[in-house]
Amino acid sequence: MDEILSLDHITFTYSPDEPNVKNAVEDVSFTVHEGEWIAIVGHNGSGKSTIARLMNGLLFPQQGTIKVMNEPLTEENLWEIRSQMGMVFQNPDNQFVGATVQDDVAFALENNGIPYKEMVKRVHEALQQVKMDQLLNHEPQHLSGGQKQRVAIAGALALKPRLLILDEATSMLDPQGRAEVLATVQALREETGLTVLSITHDLEEAILADRMLFMNGGEKFAEGTPSEIFALGDQLLDLGLDLPFAMKLTKLLKQDGVELQGEHMTEEELVNDLWTSNFKK
Amino acid sequence: MDIQLQKVSYAYAKGTPFEKRALFDVELAIPSGSYQAIIGHTGSGKSTILQHLNALLKPTEGALQIGDRTITAGKKAKDLKPVRQKVGIVFQFPEHQLFEETVLKDIIFGPMNFGVSEQEATKRAHKLIELVGLPHTILEKSPFDLSGGQMRRVAIAGVLAMEPEVIVLDEPTAGLDPRGRKEIMDLFLQLHKERNLTTILVTHSMEDAARYADRIAIMHEGKCVLTGSPEEIFGNAEKLATYRLEAPRIVRFQRELEAKIGRRLQTLCLTEEELARAITAAVREERAGQ
Ligand SMILES: Nc1ncnc2c1ncn2[C@@H]1O[C@H](COP(=O)(O)OP(=O)(O)OP(=O)(O)O)[C@@H](O)[C@H]1O
Ligand SMILES: Nc1ncnc2c1ncn2[C@@H]1O[C@H](COP(=O)(O)OP(=O)(O)OP(=O)(O)O)[C@@H](O)[C@H]1O
Ligand SMILES: [Mg+2]
Ligand SMILES: [Mg+2]
Repeated sequence: MDEILSLDHITFTYSPDEPNVKNAVEDVSFTVHEGEWIAIVGHNGSGKSTIARLMNGLLFPQQGTIKVMNEPLTEENLWEIRSQMGMVFQNPDNQFVGATVQDDVAFALENNGIPYKEMVKRVHEALQQVKMDQLLNHEPQHLSGGQKQRVAIAGALALKPRLLILDEATSMLDPQGRAEVLATVQALREETGLTVLSITHDLEEAILADRMLFMNGGEKFAEGTPSEIFALGDQLLDLGLDLPFAMKLTKLLKQDGVELQGEHMTEEELVNDLWTSNFKK
Repeated sequence: MDIQLQKVSYAYAKGTPFEKRALFDVELAIPSGSYQAIIGHTGSGKSTILQHLNALLKPTEGALQIGDRTITAGKKAKDLKPVRQKVGIVFQFPEHQLFEETVLKDIIFGPMNFGVSEQEATKRAHKLIELVGLPHTILEKSPFDLSGGQMRRVAIAGVLAMEPEVIVLDEPTAGLDPRGRKEIMDLFLQLHKERNLTTILVTHSMEDAARYADRIAIMHEGKCVLTGSPEEIFGNAEKLATYRLEAPRIVRFQRELEAKIGRRLQTLCLTEEELARAITAAVREERAGQ
């Protein structure tokens, strides 16, 4: 698989003149390959959004190199690179530029010189994908929290990016809305080979990723498949995380003396094990 | 403090071409001391209701009873300060709530505004910053130089510092890390019990609604369509689906297991601990029966 993004020994501080302030990101390296789905997890203030801003060129590191599509990110190639990178920020209010929902989604396309007809088509498609095509002419500021997040997601999808960076992009969606957005992103991955980096506190979502990056205090604490990361057990709690539902229940059941064959990350596995180990005659 | 919504309707930008009706004849009674969750699909009107509870929005039709105050559509409501002192709201976006130069100033603003001395307010700020899981050094920082989850925690500390009788929470855990989620929801529950507060929680986490609330209301397209206990609300999967909602993970797991083993567990479980106990009991019965 081809490399699409890499961070090489990245260090960043918001206050370069104050040596006593801890770096927001400390010597972080990782590589993302085309088509991968990466979940970035970690406690509040562990540096996740800062990394997103660095990847997007909103901030530049004091040390280290970021490469996007094998090119070091610089002020010069920033716009070119951004046109291939969809980004949804943690707070959608910081992202809105258009006076109406459809203008807002069209904004980045217009900047990228997408022809008018194609633009209109993409805007409608993207808003349909997030079920916001009923509110085309609404002011983005005057939407409910979840509606704002949907519009922000549509803005990123309309770009048809190669790389999609989501910073807690579904944190205010209802469970169905969250599932729909995940399904849309999954479908795009299959159709277009989209690469996804999703910063999330939703562990049930993180389980579905190919790989997880686990941040702690600005440093990369661990990197691995979801099974590898969640095998860290109680260490997760110490560092601000928790166990996913099925693992938590597995643990409680074992404490109560229920027989089970393994540690289970998914509900389906746990139901099956409960059945074969305890109920099947 | 008893709260009652009587046929409350609300339209944003009423009387303009942009008029948008968000609430339709909402009836909801929240008895003093209860823990009420409000759930519902995106855009169903939950945040609009919450903003009525401290008179940030006033009904365009109907009336609202907050303790001994009545706020009626079309009538001028004078001196809302006592209401705002007693009802503390944690907004959906913490950025909308923070405005001072430093975190400390932000937290003490509310209490001082209602007559608490600076010394007392500062004492509260130090205690609360710890309770919401942040280091004391953060008090000197600008609230806008914080991460999303840190801002959320500061906004929560600011509301708790006012020591309100009614705590209104709009998606209070969005942006919190998993451990913080649990700790802060447990903190709200502890305060709810210790101080006999009335707590109103809007959440997309069916798990939190099931675990913490004693009553749940469902909003759907601007109407309050169903109220009941967590067992009543989450026991009825078909009803939930018509409002585009689903049962908590725990309940869905219980139903899957029940389908597999061909019988029901004793009760509908709303927390992991309850579910583990019920499954353990079923496993024991199974062993005894063999
Ligand atoms: N604009 C800023 N100015 C100064 N410091 C900042 C700024 N934004 C974040 N920080 C600090 O940098 C560190 C990392 O913050 P960051 O926003 O990257 O965390 P995060 O992992 O995204 O957290 P969360 O889960 O709460 O969103 C934190 O200590 C935070 O207080
Ligand atoms: N300031 C506003 N001006 C005009 N319409 C608004 C405004 N705020 C919200 N609305 C509309 O009112 C309806 C109800 O919004 P509300 O914010 O109460 O929803 P909600 O249930 O809190 O949704 P969410 O779960 O997404 O936060 C939505 O259709 C929304 O678009
Ligand atoms: Mg963040
Ligand atoms: Mg809302």
